[in-house]
Amino acid sequence: MVLARIVGTVVATRKDPRLVSNKLLLARPVDPRDRTRLEGAYLVAVDTVDAGVGETVLIVSGSSARMASGMKDCPVDAVVVGIVDVVDLSE
Amino acid sequence: MILARVVGEVVSSHKRPQFEGAKLLIVQPETPTGTKAGVALVAIDSVGAGRGELVIAVLEGRAAQEALGKGLAPVDCAILGIVDEVDLHE
Amino acid sequence: MQLARVIGDIVATRKEPAYEGIPLLVIQPIAPDGSDLGRPLVALDAVGAGVGETVFFVRGKEASFPFHPKQVPADAGIVGIVDHWTTEAGGGPRARPGGQGRSPHAT
Repeated sequence: MVLARIVGTVVATRKDPRLVSNKLLLARPVDPRDRTRLEGAYLVAVDTVDAGVGETVLIVSGSSARMASGMKDCPVDAVVVGIVDVVDLSE
Repeated sequence: MILARVVGEVVSSHKRPQFEGAKLLIVQPETPTGTKAGVALVAIDSVGAGRGELVIAVLEGRAAQEALGKGLAPVDCAILGIVDEVDLHE
Repeated sequence: MQLARVIGDIVATRKEPAYEGIPLLVIQPIAPDGSDLGRPLVALDAVGAGVGETVFFVRGKEASFPFHPKQVPADAGIVGIVDHWTTEAGGGPRARPGGQGRSPHAT
């Protein structure tokens, strides 16, 4: 899983029927050591936890994304599965 | 999933049977602000996307197979939706 | 599987229901000499690991297998705590909180 910041939303009217009524978010991975640092490619992820812009979230990707609640047999590869309250790094 | 721009079509008469009837498009991954991000990919289209449109594409085998809907198929990239609007707060 | 060091933990109140009761840890993949390798990531913990410990983790859907039959959406999971490892290039003892033992074995 990666830590990511929600940086936007994506609206698509014409889409795979299995994506209808799912919220699509635009996210960018963050460095856990410095969460102000956005890095890497933008991801479009399906929201299952009602996340909002600016929040730090947990994104699961790959085939495992379909194991998130409500995503069985859906053509998705990235799902927001948690909103991060605290990251405690002891380094 | 990623954002990508449809930049071309692929015509193939000799292909795996699962691809019969499926449209193949060339997509260029893009950032939300329109900058190219990585190499262009060939994607299955099942939503009717056209050249110039910004789309959502999935980059994983099983998910792409689900989108194609032909069971096991040698596919790893599929277009899932056509983007109407990207709302970026950055 | 890959070696990693546990560098932090995550608190998330609103999350996937299947995550209830499963610790989420931040891990830094490491090379056999103990140096950082790539970016840190978040993994489910199936073995009770703690910050400072060296672990090995699995990537992909297999990360959810320890929680079977519960369907847990996971793409990285800690499946073992490393006591000690050796390679031609050296090795390392189990890391303890406080940073002792992170360096390769003295030869």
